[in-house]
Amino acid sequence: MHVSIRNLHKSFGAVHANNDICVDFAAGQIHGILGENGAGKSTLMKLLSGVYRPDSGTICINDTPVQLGTPRRAIEAGIGMVAQDPVDVPVFTVRDNIACGIHMPATRDLHDQITTWCTRLGFQFAPETVIRTLTVGQRQQVEIVRLLIAGSDVLILDEPTTGITATQIHALFAALRTIVATGKTVLFVTHKLDEVVALCDTVTVFRAGSMVGLQRNMPITQSEMLEAMFGAMTPPQYASAVVATLESPRWTLRNVEFHEQSLRVGPLSYQLPQGAIIGLAGLEGSGQRPFMQLLSGLRVPDAGTIYYDGAPFAYDHPDVVWLPADRLNEGIIGDMSLTEHIRLLQDVLLNDGSTATQKATQLIADYAIKATPDMPLRQLSGGNQQRAMLALIPQHVTGIVLEHPTRGLDAVSALAIWQRLQERRSRGTTVVFFSADLDEVLQYADFVLVFFAGQLSRIIPRNEMHEEQLAALIGGVGFQEVLP
Amino acid sequence: MNVTIRSHMTTIVALGTALLVTAVLLLTSSSDVLHAFAILFWGALTSPSRIADMVMLMSPLLLCAIGLSVSFSAGQYNLGIEGQMTVGGVAAMGLLRMYAEGQAPYLYWLFAIIAGMLMGLVWALLVAALKRYTHVSEIFAGLGLNFVALGASLYLVFGPWKRPGVASMSGTEPLADILWLPTLTGTRLAWLTPIIALVALVVVWRILRQSHWGLQVRACGLSPLASTRMGIPATRRTFQAMALCGALAGLAGALQIIGVYHALVPNVASGIGLMGLLVALLVRADIRFVPVVAFFFAIITSGSIQLPLSLSIDSSISGVLQGLIVLAVIVSRALTKEGQS
Repeated sequence: MHVSIRNLHKSFGAVHANNDICVDFAAGQIHGILGENGAGKSTLMKLLSGVYRPDSGTICINDTPVQLGTPRRAIEAGIGMVAQDPVDVPVFTVRDNIACGIHMPATRDLHDQITTWCTRLGFQFAPETVIRTLTVGQRQQVEIVRLLIAGSDVLILDEPTTGITATQIHALFAALRTIVATGKTVLFVTHKLDEVVALCDTVTVFRAGSMVGLQRNMPITQSEMLEAMFGAMTPPQYASAVVATLESPRWTLRNVEFHEQSLRVGPLSYQLPQGAIIGLAGLEGSGQRPFMQLLSGLRVPDAGTIYYDGAPFAYDHPDVVWLPADRLNEGIIGDMSLTEHIRLLQDVLLNDGSTATQKATQLIADYAIKATPDMPLRQLSGGNQQRAMLALIPQHVTGIVLEHPTRGLDAVSALAIWQRLQERRSRGTTVVFFSADLDEVLQYADFVLVFFAGQLSRIIPRNEMHEEQLAALIGGVGFQEVLP
Repeated sequence: MNVTIRSHMTTIVALGTALLVTAVLLLTSSSDVLHAFAILFWGALTSPSRIADMVMLMSPLLLCAIGLSVSFSAGQYNLGIEGQMTVGGVAAMGLLRMYAEGQAPYLYWLFAIIAGMLMGLVWALLVAALKRYTHVSEIFAGLGLNFVALGASLYLVFGPWKRPGVASMSGTEPLADILWLPTLTGTRLAWLTPIIALVALVVVWRILRQSHWGLQVRACGLSPLASTRMGIPATRRTFQAMALCGALAGLAGALQIIGVYHALVPNVASGIGLMGLLVALLVRADIRFVPVVAFFFAIITSGSIQLPLSLSIDSSISGVLQGLIVLAVIVSRALTKEGQS
């Protein structure tokens, strides 16, 4: 089945998630859809599978315009999507799940259809198997069989290789090739370059809600894809790094293991130096968030030990603070003012309002926060909330962990935040941050730690790193060479 | 300014709607709607003994609403308040049953109150623990424990503590007269009860608004994640807030025994805890406004008792009006909020 998309447009508020998309997906092929998180690829897939309605534009199936609008209508039109996380009823059997999903009774006929598809595609589950006993990879296979039995001619897979084993990836790829050989169409959404190279017939690259160039036939080189994904790199101005010493590390990780949903990471052994800014780079979901939570003491490792300044690291360590990206929900209390936050952090029985107000006034001046001491922080702009969060870090703190330190901030605010962090570093504080903005990592980090699909690079000094190299590494290209 | 005016307008319209719906309902059984409203809003204040009864209803209502304001501040919906009140009453009764002829009643009152508060506290901590360690929502844990408490008190009334000879729905054998809290002459007003409630009001208001503990409790209620990030022991604060609420409910239950029923009755709480929930919802856990609303609700409820006699209207109409008022205010708040964003 041939899908053509003409001038498709979808925005959320002021954000153009899909801007004037025109593309064709020919039948009998696997089409790679490549792009960073937030580039717009998932939005397009949700438009195709009826989860969202487009603001304007048309979707044609075999040259007939269709109105999708709901997932049910999309399936009737022949388009089915395998979700990133399996949506099924764990206590039901495979057959009952499929019967529910296609609004059909669980008959003998259905049973046979499942067995037939499993044999053809090499899947190893039976119709009577209870879903709960299957792995994530197998549940994905159940989804594929369900969509095929429902008569889907276009299969959409959104990041299907996250959290499944190499063997299962291999099996999935083989199954997808079998499926397209019958004339069906597969849309394969990913951010992993090697998968596009290994599997796809064409590739379409998204950046910031738009298609970058036209759909291209494979093979094309990974560096061409990278340039399309991230654009030409502008060389950032880089201040020479403080020479940090590893003699007395801040954090020491010994054989630490942890997980992010089904992604298992470790065992890892690292030493993070004093007085340095360490930038974490990687695509969202590569393991950096739980890594930061480990460093901030918000979670405990599945195995191994963490030391801080040589002593075992425990939950709620007074010298470490965590500054989350979701400032209003996880960072500060939106309905409370700066004065109230200062009082919260005081260790007293009765609150002394006047000293807290004085301190708040002082911090507002020091950090150039646009607020009054008694204004609820919810009313502040993102940049001012971030400054408030920094201002509230006690002086004795020696380890700061930040997630997206300047996301949503204008250039001036971002610079102000980094000046504060650099001051802290020059006094010996270790700053660990993750940013999706590679330029930010390269501009401010003294060391870079790259995450790729649950693997970590060694700690690479910034001055040994080129812009193109970092972009390649987070896509997994040449990652073997930087492993510890 | 515009927003403020609009928000007041919305509230007024909502309250008007609540009155209108109540009036329509009244019309189904009586044509004299104005008379019925007069009794509802004024009837409780027409004689000293009626005022006394209103105060005796308002006092436990205040205690419950104060307690619930604390647990609301901590972000907990303590629907187990009725059960906490009931076990408080049971504990107080258990202690008072040990009274031996000829002793002074003061110590027994004190210990009965302490026993009631402790029992209510434990009952509330059970809810908090079920939520923290078994992930049962505090709403369902509280409701479940309400049934357990009610069952236990029924069992005592009809079983071990039944009147000699015959078990009665009206309760156990009454306490010795000397154990009844003294009342103002000619009324049922046990003056100690409202005094205790008012003291609790001032003390808890100061704790919640002015102490460091109160600030931390409110922070945990507003954002548990951010509070934990800033090193506030969120779990402990939640438990403590629930414990305080349970203790206040237990206190209310104990006072109902020694000041009102003078015996263990099957349902000590008799809906006062849930009415306290309406009060706390209406004032959004701001204790300053609790007395005003509790006073108003107590007047409507006490006044409604005269309805069957004067106009043969069932007194449950007061519950309808209270429910509608709370619903109206919540809806108008939601509408105003929507208009702002």
